Amino acid sequence: MKINNSEIIPVSEITPYETYMGRRDFIKAASAALMAAPFLSFNSEVSAATNASLLGYTKSPYGADEKLTSYNEVTNYNNYYEFGTSKSDPALESKGLVTHPWTVSIEGAVKKNKQINLDDLLKLAPLEERIYRMRCVEGWSMVIPWIGIPMSKLIQWAEPTSNAKFIEFVSLADQSQMPGVRTNILDWPYTEGLRMDEAMHPLTIIAVGLYGKLLPNQNGAPLRLVVPWKYGFKNAKSIVKIRFVESMPKTSWMKAGPKEYGFYANVNPMVDHPRWTQSTERRIGGGLFTPRIKTKLFNGYAEQVAHMYAGMDLVKNF
Amino acid sequence: MKIQKNKLNIIKSIFFVLLLTPLIRLIILGINDALGANPIETVERSTGYWALFYLLLSLSITPLRLTVKISWPIHIRRMIGLYSFFYGCFHAVTYFWLDHWFDWQEILNDIFKHPYVLVGFLSLLLLIPLAITSTNKMMKAMGRWWKRLHYLVYLIAVLSILHFLWLVKKDITEPALFAIIFALLISIRVFHKRIRLNATNDYHR
Repeated sequence: MKINNSEIIPVSEITPYETYMGRRDFIKAASAALMAAPFLSFNSEVSAATNASLLGYTKSPYGADEKLTSYNEVTNYNNYYEFGTSKSDPALESKGLVTHPWTVSIEGAVKKNKQINLDDLLKLAPLEERIYRMRCVEGWSMVIPWIGIPMSKLIQWAEPTSNAKFIEFVSLADQSQMPGVRTNILDWPYTEGLRMDEAMHPLTIIAVGLYGKLLPNQNGAPLRLVVPWKYGFKNAKSIVKIRFVESMPKTSWMKAGPKEYGFYANVNPMVDHPRWTQSTERRIGGGLFTPRIKTKLFNGYAEQVAHMYAGMDLVKNF
Repeated sequence: MKIQKNKLNIIKSIFFVLLLTPLIRLIILGINDALGANPIETVERSTGYWALFYLLLSLSITPLRLTVKISWPIHIRRMIGLYSFFYGCFHAVTYFWLDHWFDWQEILNDIFKHPYVLVGFLSLLLLIPLAITSTNKMMKAMGRWWKRLHYLVYLIAVLSILHFLWLVKKDITEPALFAIIFALLISIRVFHKRIRLNATNDYHR
């Protein structure tokens, strides 16, 4: 894939690590990272400490010329309806979620159905940091330093057959741990989907961490999808099942509002949501007097992804 | 029971401060940088919520008298109504200024393309004549037209509830609660009007 250098600025130039880790911690963490195994082991002690640092990931050339949204905001302003519909619910209600052990089932159009646990999944590829913009369909956005592996590596491991045209992602729906699942606000379990080429795209990742730490529960621990050119709701959280299918799956939000939420859900300032304007967005982190910014086609990743939608009517395929 | 004038003044002062507390809270949160990750949304939601809350509160004064025979709140109804208008204006100013920075093209587009914005905008526009004619002088000058004009408040309440209902993404609990309370208040009035009508009919028979 061609990466446009004008769009992608080396991480080191954007936000120095020191600003959020503290210089001393940074030096300590960096030297520890040098000695640590290339990937972490998810033992029970690690997952018990929600703030555990993730060591041994590499910086990637992916980044954005924007300021990172603070850790506090990334982890306290969340849409995660399994834990409640208010933005502050997930941080409060997800504390008890057990994310270890964790197994993901691979099903459907694959050579054979199989399961993979988190530790093995992390061995599929070295962890990378990806700084992505995230644009919510509600008109706000963040810049988040995710840590994860390319989705394509997991797909390769899954060995899909030629019948696999789409992938369906299924999130955990456990009433005993997730109070929101006890309501019928959405058709549980939460499902999302991608076309095969979208899932294979190098920008698409399975995230397991952010800000150098294990993924906090409210952000979709232990693993979630991140597709930066689509609206945030496409990024299924706490994934337990990945199903390879032949026809376009119906996602939870498509069922909830067929006229409002389409399968593609590509960020597009020209295609309005019936309720919200999509031409501008509010970047989280500004104060009361920070104006909105213009939303970019494909969330600013057009250079990398637009070719996948060549000739498609993006108004019809919203 | 008649309430003495000085007692009434005390009640009025207490309510004046009480009804102001949501704004004071926002100001304190704002000063302490504690309005959350999306402070503009917080201010918008909060002021809108209280504008609607006070609107329904002002509509509950008569039902309160009809059901539990408490009549003194009639003296603070105007204040409650004006507070509803005040919070509504705050809500709109936040939207025009902080949210959209007076980008009129964007705002007009938002108003006419999105039904929830349109009904919200309409309900605030309709509140303006009610606020203007809220003085004793106006009441006297307008005579029976005053009451007719102020029947608009029911339409405003319906529009405001729709505004809230159409705004939420999926969880309609709060706007539904407002709608239920509004329906309850209306049915108390209708029910009592029927009884009154029946009573007068009986008298004439």
